Amino acid sequence: MSIIIDDELCTGCASCVANCPFGGIEIIDNIAVITEECTLCGACIDACPVEAITLEREEYIDKVDKTQYKGVWVIAEHYKGVIHKVAYQLLGRGRELANKLKVNLVLVLLGDRFDNLLKDFAEYGADEVIYIKSSLLKNYYSDLYVSMLAELIQERKPEIILIGATPTGRDFAPRIAKKLNAGLTADCTGLEIEEETGNLLQTRPTFGGNIMATIRTPTSRPQMATVRPGIFKAVKVSKKDIKVTKIVKDFEEKDSVTKIVKIIDKQKKKANLEDAEIIVSGGRGVGSKEKFKIVEELANVLGAELGGSRVTIELNWLDQDHQVGQTGKTVAPKLYIACGISGAIQHLVGMENSEIIVAINKDPNAPIFNVAHYGIVGDLHQVIPVLIEEIKKMKQEE
Amino acid sequence: MLIVKIFVCIKQVPGVSEVKIDPKTNTLVREGIPSIINPHDKHAIELGISIRQKYSGEVIALSMGPPQAETALREALAMGADKAYLLTDRAFAGADTLATSHTLALGIKKLLRDLKKNEDYIVICGTQAIDGDTAQVGPELAEELNIPQITYVLKFELKENNKILVERAFRSDEVVIIETKLPALISVLKELNMPRNPGVKGIVNAYSKKQVISLSAEDLGADKSEIGLNGSQTEVWRIFVPQRKGKHIKLEGTIEEMSQELCNNLREDKII
Repeated sequence: MSIIIDDELCTGCASCVANCPFGGIEIIDNIAVITEECTLCGACIDACPVEAITLEREEYIDKVDKTQYKGVWVIAEHYKGVIHKVAYQLLGRGRELANKLKVNLVLVLLGDRFDNLLKDFAEYGADEVIYIKSSLLKNYYSDLYVSMLAELIQERKPEIILIGATPTGRDFAPRIAKKLNAGLTADCTGLEIEEETGNLLQTRPTFGGNIMATIRTPTSRPQMATVRPGIFKAVKVSKKDIKVTKIVKDFEEKDSVTKIVKIIDKQKKKANLEDAEIIVSGGRGVGSKEKFKIVEELANVLGAELGGSRVTIELNWLDQDHQVGQTGKTVAPKLYIACGISGAIQHLVGMENSEIIVAINKDPNAPIFNVAHYGIVGDLHQVIPVLIEEIKKMKQEE
Repeated sequence: MLIVKIFVCIKQVPGVSEVKIDPKTNTLVREGIPSIINPHDKHAIELGISIRQKYSGEVIALSMGPPQAETALREALAMGADKAYLLTDRAFAGADTLATSHTLALGIKKLLRDLKKNEDYIVICGTQAIDGDTAQVGPELAEELNIPQITYVLKFELKENNKILVERAFRSDEVVIIETKLPALISVLKELNMPRNPGVKGIVNAYSKKQVISLSAEDLGADKSEIGLNGSQTEVWRIFVPQRKGKHIKLEGTIEEMSQELCNNLREDKII
């Protein structure tokens, strides 16, 4: 695979240079030249205004017989006897993918005491549910999940496998991918089917989050993807038949290489961003941990949850559970107030579905203003105190 | 049993977690971004060193990357790692996580050849890298080495008979204490420890007394079809900077006027 530059067409405009994330292209004697740093990502191709750059790909040779692989699977996880909601969200998106491919949508569940729940997955679009039942699977065992699921996948050969990008999903998905030599894409924010090939087009923010990459597994199957909770929506469908396949196993603890010694509930009050109606978030512009108080005060006045961009967690201004964005939570409150947040894509993908977005930022060019419904250009430390007074006044009037 | 080899896998990443976009030209700003050790990986190095100090073993830092990733390994040496290996070759370029974990596994297997029967090892990774955020290489490496894995580790303890006892953070309100036997791979969270500063002596040692050994695809005996782009199942099909169109209203006037207008608008929208 290589990047080809047409010297006749190239005008030396350097659009490609500016768009390359790696410094992999330079202008020498008014012509673009590929450097050692090039990773063949293809960012320069779209950037070129005169179509002088093309990516020459080697012919795709299938590594497996792709026609043998059929169906879309969603792997569910559960916690304290409750199915994690991301499974229903993945069924929502999975249904559309399955319709497009004209294949079945299958939910796979490992656990115990879910017998009465199995038929309910029909309401969320599943055509079949495969239930691996064992009392030991009340809790999560990494190696048992991996061996059971890998075996099942090898036997039934689904073409697409969707998994929640939770600490559990991110633990077993890569290990299964390795076992099966399957392509796996983490934290997808978009999933589409490519018309001609039936490939799954997996889009995710990358390079820390300001660029989107679309990733494919063109020559092999299955195609695996993890998706953060909150990215897709669960969709109820009119009730239909569902096939239930139950596999009963009598696992004992000695069947696992790990032993669960103890499970500790942490009672610490945690931010509940996913269910919040209003979220007030701060970013780098807040300035320091101490200065976050003013943002917190605005949140308190509004009865809102407090959120933060990635950097505020990296700098330990806020605890991890306050993080909004690709590597944090995906939220969709009625009102999202972003204070001193510039608006990197990895943050935007976590909050852009909010009903109303308000941005307060010093920099009039901050990308956050592109998604904001109301923008205030100004220093948040001057704006927020005034805003707090206005809100208090308004609340008193009511 | 004796723990003799403590492998720490690290990655060199751009020193900012976000590649900046110039809003006027909508292009990437690349100048002046230094490369650093992936922040999570520093916690892995710290754990490696503390295991050696408390028990035994040598800390071996390992990285796959371009020649300039040597700097990251020097930093690991400065912190206190005993040895450092850079797996570097043009043939490794374009690797996805499957090909990356395969290359790292080849490196570890090569370095395990002199491991004796009564000796044991552990592999430590950061949970994820800040540039790719996949958190996939650790578990994939564990699978290829055919050893147990425990990810998202908050606390670590080495017990008798080379058992390890770790706290794994599954969810924000739950911690699970898990026991397994070495050899094993763990991926650590930042809350686990506080990485030490190398200090002047450490830095001097890293450049004078210790060395970074480069290993090529040939040194590892790698099959060309299993490394780099060829060994990858996924390919980057397109990279793009998304264009976003808002229905934005930029408020005007003094701070008081803007605040009032915002409150009025939010009230009309029945938000507050």
